[in-house]
Amino acid sequence: MNNVVLNNSIRFIGLLLLQVLILNHVNLFGFINPLLYIVWVLLFPIKKNKSAILFLSFLLGLSVDFFLDSGGIHAAATLFIAYIRLPILNTVLGKSDFDYLLFNIRSIAFIKALSFITILTLIHHFIVFSLEYFSFNAITSIMYNTILTGIFTIILSVLGIILFTKKK
Amino acid sequence: MQHLIYFIRKYRYFLLFILLEILAFYFTIQHHSYHQSKFVNSANFISGGLYNKVNSINEYFHLKTENQLLNEENAHLKNQLEIIQTAKNDSIYTVIDTTTHNIQKYEYTVAKVINNNFVKRNNYLTINKGTNNGISPELGVVNSKGIIGVVKNVSPKFATVLSILNSNSKINVRLKNSNHFGSLIWNGNDYNFVQIIDFPRQAKLKKGDTIITGGKSAIFPEGISVGTIHTIVIKNHQYHQINVKLFNDMSAIGQVQIVKNLQKEEQLNLEEKSNNE
Repeated sequence: MNNVVLNNSIRFIGLLLLQVLILNHVNLFGFINPLLYIVWVLLFPIKKNKSAILFLSFLLGLSVDFFLDSGGIHAAATLFIAYIRLPILNTVLGKSDFDYLLFNIRSIAFIKALSFITILTLIHHFIVFSLEYFSFNAITSIMYNTILTGIFTIILSVLGIILFTKKK
Repeated sequence: MQHLIYFIRKYRYFLLFILLEILAFYFTIQHHSYHQSKFVNSANFISGGLYNKVNSINEYFHLKTENQLLNEENAHLKNQLEIIQTAKNDSIYTVIDTTTHNIQKYEYTVAKVINNNFVKRNNYLTINKGTNNGISPELGVVNSKGIIGVVKNVSPKFATVLSILNSNSKINVRLKNSNHFGSLIWNGNDYNFVQIIDFPRQAKLKKGDTIITGGKSAIFPEGISVGTIHTIVIKNHQYHQINVKLFNDMSAIGQVQIVKNLQKEEQLNLEEKSNNE
């Protein structure tokens, strides 16, 4: 159990530093900065008690906000995907009851894991860019940014998860 | 009462979610209003300190360009000095005004940009000077090539700067060769180009005209360069959109100067007084 706490703490700090020091300065094609830190939310163990993930996701988002001077944008988006994570997973897997303790994202079929990551990433990015532009007139810019940045976040997340987690 | 407790127990995660979400939205709304100082900003001990550490390594890679810039500015200043010296030697122009002679209007402080954003819709920079160095909110930030932004939040050692690449930024500018004024904004598309609005119809514009700060606000001195006009779109005989190419490359900013207007208080007090009458 302690191992899980330690693992998640290291992942929290590691992803935060990776995000604010490197990924926010990538500027691929001039404007794409993948928001890889949400992988932390995807990999957090699933438990019946949801208050820990809600608090910690809020904290992770707020930390990114502090570094990016973006108010509470990332906190709002990360908290939202942390809350809807379980319902989305249920929908993707097509069943409402599974073993919470033994669940691992590597243990489910690749296509199901990919759609789980894709749905959450796109929702997160859409919230981030909507709050950033804060205007209905900018809906094309919002969608454009959501999709392009989303693609790169998804590619990096999948590669990161394959490379850095063990298959069980 | 029992029902209430039951209700809270049943929906406790949802209530926690709503509570935190409201807090996040509160920070977001605060972030979008120009006049409020913000709780969430990078001018704090942890993020400022971390950016400072990383930047002290990064700046070694930019020493060459930084030197180049300093050299260029030196040459420019030397030229100006030469012009003044020549004017002084032609005794006709020499007027020593003893009353205003010692009054300095602007004071410049050097600072280093330790974090720079330019691709988001609302961009901020973080600099390594704060209240300990006499920095306060609402001071102008410039470098040798032109304007950068306005100081927003300050902590003892760091400050955040509202970049001109921000939807809240609105800076008074004018044409270099005439006295027509407009406001500088950014539409969020390309960080090399900013836009001018509220430009009077009778002003004659040409592609390539130089834009400088207007000096109508108490923040920037007059005559700091901004950029040159790149494209002009005219609709219904009005200037619909004027794109200005910035002299500064906003993606590579190292050393900056913070401008403190020493007569700002006096000017604002006077304006306030006239408004109240």
